[in-house]
Amino acid sequence: MIRRRSLLGGLALGGSGLLLSGCDKLNASPGFRNLLEGAEQLHYRSQRLLGGGAALAREYGRADMSPLFRTNGNRTPASLAYAALAENNFIDWRLVVDGLVARPLRLSLADLGRLPQRAQITRHDCVEGWSAIGKWQGPQLAAILRAAGLSSRANFIVFHCADDFGGVPYYESIDLNDAFHPQTILAILMNDHRLPVPHGAPVRLRVERQLGYKHAKFVMRVEARERIDDLYLGKGGYWEDRADYAWYAGI
Amino acid sequence: MAAPVARARQHVRVVPLRKVADGIRTDPIRVASSMSSEATPDQPPSPERPPAGGDLVVRHRFATRLWHWVNVVALVVMLMSGLMIFNAHPRLYWGQYGANPDPAWFEIGSRGDQGFARLGSLQISTTGVLGVWRDSTGNIQHRAFPRWATIPSSYSLADARIWHLAFAWLLALGLLAFMIASLINRHFRRDLTISRADIRPSHIWHDIKQHARLRFPTGAAALRYNILQKLSYIGVIFILLPLIIFTGLTLSPAMASSWGWLLDLFGGRQSARSLHFLAAAGLVGFALVHVVMVLLAGPYNEVRSMISGRYRLPRDKGQRR
Repeated sequence: MIRRRSLLGGLALGGSGLLLSGCDKLNASPGFRNLLEGAEQLHYRSQRLLGGGAALAREYGRADMSPLFRTNGNRTPASLAYAALAENNFIDWRLVVDGLVARPLRLSLADLGRLPQRAQITRHDCVEGWSAIGKWQGPQLAAILRAAGLSSRANFIVFHCADDFGGVPYYESIDLNDAFHPQTILAILMNDHRLPVPHGAPVRLRVERQLGYKHAKFVMRVEARERIDDLYLGKGGYWEDRADYAWYAGI
Repeated sequence: MAAPVARARQHVRVVPLRKVADGIRTDPIRVASSMSSEATPDQPPSPERPPAGGDLVVRHRFATRLWHWVNVVALVVMLMSGLMIFNAHPRLYWGQYGANPDPAWFEIGSRGDQGFARLGSLQISTTGVLGVWRDSTGNIQHRAFPRWATIPSSYSLADARIWHLAFAWLLALGLLAFMIASLINRHFRRDLTISRADIRPSHIWHDIKQHARLRFPTGAAALRYNILQKLSYIGVIFILLPLIIFTGLTLSPAMASSWGWLLDLFGGRQSARSLHFLAAAGLVGFALVHVVMVLLAGPYNEVRSMISGRYRLPRDKGQRR
């Protein structure tokens, strides 16, 4: 019995050491990673199925809003062109809407303000774990895509941003279900004021059923595309390309 | 020391627990005794004799054994990848929102080269273990949980999420399958149902005293869970695991949209995140006590019973060897 006990004890000790190095090895193994990352498709399909793709994110009252909405990611784009736009209160800024559309658009902030507005007090969930509640207002992305005449070949909407990390521009992409979701807006107001620069002035995407890194800030161009695997590193977004964050960030 | 087991396999007709348990309640039990060198029973094996100390019986059903080991893997991975996810924002809040400007009820952090853990206004220094620690190359790291506690061992929120969210399916579907199997094979009804006798205060007190003295049941009594075991297993299967799964789902913005009631049930996403962490702490506590009890009760016999199902009933005090 003594020998069995010491054997079990030895196995437990050795096991914990093996566990650590084993998990790191598995983590680096492309085959195993592919297997684990396969769960993203399960999340995407099951969550689209459950919500029917139409569920609305919780909207809150004024009393529920965060006293201070923290910022994350780039606080301000580094480019001189952006600095010049910001200097002039974005009067010269134009949102380019192109790609697979019948009528490419160039919209000013005033144009966006003239479109029917949607205001929503929603919860921003960062991938890191924190949440902040704020009020966002702007035109629905759906209205802009309809105005531009979205092609039936388009499957994804890509958001090209003014900010970059070490020269690599930030971008994000969503599917058409999210693009035409009623709460998906191009926010030009936050908490009833013009969007502050740290929160993505002049325009930030709100895609309320996904995590914060999908909510592209400093949006300069909205591009409709058939596919996203031929763009940058092919994973559909800056963090997806750079750090293997999931493209579908509903969880 | 493998000989007795091999011999036991040859000579012992192992009786499934279902029959044993039925037998205890109704019929004379049919169980064969071990003829191995280390267990020579007082009486010759008889199909009419109730199970007694020294008998080798089948204690755990296949569904229970399979689920147990799936859970060992799933819970270890969930815990360690979860601690890495926690490292991305090592603060916990109550309510719908919570971020750095908001008051946290729990926090692991660092000030300069000092690590600390803070619960409410109670703060303790944790330098070297939590908040501030050295990595494998000797460099000082300012992260909440240290490298030996996380998957992966070096900081990566993205990788930890890949592990956590894939193994979450294993944990949740495993629990569901186990629950269905345990309804069908009547494991829940037979072994986990609390009887009126179980909850008599004098009985509970007796079990607590027996546990504290490390006196474990022997003979046929070892086939039944005592009230403390039942309460722990019920707590894990019906409270902690469902709690950790549903609070986890609440953290998903898409789930919180489709199933808005989750936000109401747990009082907001940040409350759900706190409860998720507390449920994990509860499961760690259970696992620690569980492993200690297995070691005290005889690890070889206990672990064997969870692998092959075979369990040798502990002998009564004074029973002849």
